Amino acid sequence: MINFVQQRHLFFTIAGVLIALSLVALVTSAVMFNGQFLRISIDFKGGTLFVLHFDETVEETAIRAVFVDNGHTGPIVQRLGAAADNTWQVRTRFAETEEVQRILDDLDAQVGHVNRTLSNWNTVESTVGAEVARYAALAVLAASIAVLGFIWFSFRRVPNPFRYGVVSIVAMLVNVVITLGFYALMGILQGWEADALFLTALLTVIGFSVQDVIVVFDRIRENIPRHRGESFELIVNRSVLETVHRSLATQLNAMFVMVAILLFGGATIKPFIAVMLVGMLSETFTSLCVAVPLLVAWEERAHRHALARAAA
Amino acid sequence: MERRTIINFVFILLLAAMAIYGVVWQQHPAWVTNLLFWQPKASRNLDFQLGLDLQGGLQVLMVADLPEGRTVGSQDMATARNIVENRVNALGLTEPVVQVQGSERIVVEIPGIEDPAQAVDTIRETAMLEFVTPPAGATAETLYAIRELQMPISTTYLMSEAEIQSISVMTDVLLFQTELTGGDLDSAYVVRDPNTSQPLVAIEFKSEGASKFASYTANHIGDVLCIVLDKRILSCPSIQTSIPSGKATIEGSFTYEEASQLAVQLQYGALPIPLKIESYKAIGPSLGALSVEKSVRAGIVGLAVVFLFMLIYYRINGSAADLALALYVLLNLLLYKLVPVTMTLPGIAGFLLSVGMAVDANILVFERMKEELRHGRSLKRAAEAGFSRAWTSVRDSNLATLLTCAILYLFGNAFAASLVKGFAITLAIGTVVNLFTAIVVTRTLIRMAFGAAGEWIQKHTWLLGL
Repeated sequence: MINFVQQRHLFFTIAGVLIALSLVALVTSAVMFNGQFLRISIDFKGGTLFVLHFDETVEETAIRAVFVDNGHTGPIVQRLGAAADNTWQVRTRFAETEEVQRILDDLDAQVGHVNRTLSNWNTVESTVGAEVARYAALAVLAASIAVLGFIWFSFRRVPNPFRYGVVSIVAMLVNVVITLGFYALMGILQGWEADALFLTALLTVIGFSVQDVIVVFDRIRENIPRHRGESFELIVNRSVLETVHRSLATQLNAMFVMVAILLFGGATIKPFIAVMLVGMLSETFTSLCVAVPLLVAWEERAHRHALARAAA
Repeated sequence: MERRTIINFVFILLLAAMAIYGVVWQQHPAWVTNLLFWQPKASRNLDFQLGLDLQGGLQVLMVADLPEGRTVGSQDMATARNIVENRVNALGLTEPVVQVQGSERIVVEIPGIEDPAQAVDTIRETAMLEFVTPPAGATAETLYAIRELQMPISTTYLMSEAEIQSISVMTDVLLFQTELTGGDLDSAYVVRDPNTSQPLVAIEFKSEGASKFASYTANHIGDVLCIVLDKRILSCPSIQTSIPSGKATIEGSFTYEEASQLAVQLQYGALPIPLKIESYKAIGPSLGALSVEKSVRAGIVGLAVVFLFMLIYYRINGSAADLALALYVLLNLLLYKLVPVTMTLPGIAGFLLSVGMAVDANILVFERMKEELRHGRSLKRAAEAGFSRAWTSVRDSNLATLLTCAILYLFGNAFAASLVKGFAITLAIGTVVNLFTAIVVTRTLIRMAFGAAGEWIQKHTWLLGL
C-alpha cells in the first residue's frame, strides 16, 4: 500500500510555498495599485466601464483622445478578444448619462462607428466597496462556522469530531488564500478586477471546498470500527486510497465543463470560470494534502502527549 | 424484477416525457400554462426568463439620497417605487421591472431598450408639477372623476401654438392650460386652519412665480385651478380671492398624513424621498444573443465530454448515469421555466458546472460498486451495497452544498446583488434535482439492467469498467 499520509511533510511544504506565493502576489498587487490586494472593479469603487464594439479597425490612441477631450483623464483602454473583434474595454471615472452619450457620439465622429447593439456600458456612482467587503468577509465567516458545525455534527460518532471540523476549515482557508493569490496575480498580469462575479465564484469555491474532505472523512468514519487495532494513520491512509479514484474522476468531469466554457464561452465570464477552475483544483489538493494529513498529525501529537503524561 | 423498480421506472418515464414536453416544445396551449397557479395570472408561461445580460437592456439602480442619520420608511420606499414604475410604464416598453431592493434601493430593469439615455432621463426626472386651468367644458363632476380614476390628462406645457390649435379642435380631448409649474414653487408645508384646525397645505412661490400667480388669481376669482403632478390631477381648489403675496393654501378634506404627503410631493417632485442614481448599466441587445450562443456551444461541448467520459470509464453503469444526467439537464431546465428562474450568464455557467458536478454522486456509487465486486461480492449485492454505502457521503456533501447556497443567497440579498442570488438558486435547484436523478433514477435503471441480464454481465465484468 502506498503510504500517502507519510508524505505529509512534503505536502505541508508545498502548501506553505503556495500560501507564500499567494501572499506575495497579494502584497505586490497592494504595492502596485494603491493598497488594493485585488484590483477592485467599478462594482465596488465606482466608475464607468465601457465595452465598445466598433464597425471598423480603430487605434487605441484615438479612443483615448476622445475620453481625455471629454474630461476623463487617464482612462484605461484595453483590447478585448482577438484583433478582428474590434472590441475595446475602457475604464474611467463615473460618467453622467449625458456624458456617456456625448462620448459615444464623439467616438462615432472621430474614431469609428460604435455598434450600439454589440456594446455595453456600466456606470456606478457610489463606493459601496467597504460595505461589500464587510459582507463578503461575513459570508466567509458564516460559511466557516456553518461548515464547522455541520462536520462536527455529522461526524459526532467518530472520536474527536471537533478536530475534523477544524482541519476542514483550515483547508478551506488555505484554499481561499490560494484562490485570492491567483486572482491577485491575474490582476497584475491581465488586469482582472474583483467584481460581483468574482465574489460569487469565491463563495462557490468555499461551498465546494469541503466536498472531498467529507468523502474521505466519511470513509474514515466507516473504516474505524472495521479495522480495529490498526493505527489511525493506517486507517486514514487506507481511506484516502479507497476514495482517490472518485476524487480524481469527479475533478476531471468538473474540469471538462470549465475548460469548455473557457475555450468557447464569452470573454466576459472567463475570469469567473478561471477562479472556479483554480479553486476546484486547489480544493482537491487542500482536502487530500492538508486537511487529511493535518488530522493525522493532530492525532499523533495528542497521542505523544498522552504517552508523555502517562510516563511522568 | 421487483414491482417497486417497475413502478419507479414508469414514474421516471412520465417525468421525462413531461420534461421533454415542457422544455423542447416551444408552444404550449393555454390550459397547460394555466396550471402554473403560482405565477402571476397575466404572465403565466413556459418560456425561459432571460436576464438583462442575455437579452440586452437597461438596469438603473437608485438609492435614497438622505442626509446623514435619517432613515427611510418602507412605506416611503413603496410609494417611491410606484411612482418610478408609473414613469417607466409611461415609456411604453415591454415588461419593465421595478423593485425595491434592501432597505433603501430601487432597481429598474428595462429589457431590449433602444435608447437607454432617454429612459434614464425619464426615470430620474423630478416629477412635473403644474397648475392648470381646466378646459371650459369640464364640470366639477368630470374633474372629480378624472382625479378619482387617476387618468392622465393633456396639458399645454411645452406645446407649440400649432399643436394646441390642432388638439383644441378634437372634441373628445380635454386640454388643460398650464399656468405655472413646479419650477415657480419655492416651498410647501402643512399648516392647520386656525378656525377648524383642518390640515392644509401651504405653498409659497418664488418672486417671479408670485407675480404670475397674483395676476392669474386676480382675474379668475371663483374659478377652479387644478394642481397636476405627472399629468395626474392631485386636487382642484377654487380661487377665493386674489393672492398678491405668492403664498397660498390648498384646502381639501385632507387627513394630516394626506396633507403632509402632498406637501412632500410638491417639495420634492413626486417622490417621497429624493433618489439618486447609483449605477446604470446598458447592454446592447445583440451582445446578449451572442453570449447565449457562445454559452450554449460551450455547454454542448463540455457536456458531450462528460457524457463520453462516463460511458467509456463506467460502461454499463456509465450509460445509466448518462441517461440520468440527461434527465437531470431536462428537469433543471423545466424547473427554471416553472419557478421561473431568471437566466443570466453566470447562472448558465453555474448550471453547466453543476452538470459536471452532478456525476459526482454516481461516481461515488460506481467506485464503491467496483470495490465490492473486487471483494468478490455478487453483482446484485455489490450494486445494492454501492448505493447504500455511498449514500452517507452523497448526503453529507450535498447538504454542505445546500448550506453554502443558503449563505450565498443571504449574502446576495443583503447587498442587492441579484446576480449572486440567482446563482445560489440555480445551484440549490441543481443539488436537489441531482439527489433524485443520481440516486433514484440511476438505481432504478441499474436494477433493471442487472435484473434483465445480471448473469451475463457478471461474466463480463469489463462491462462495468473493472
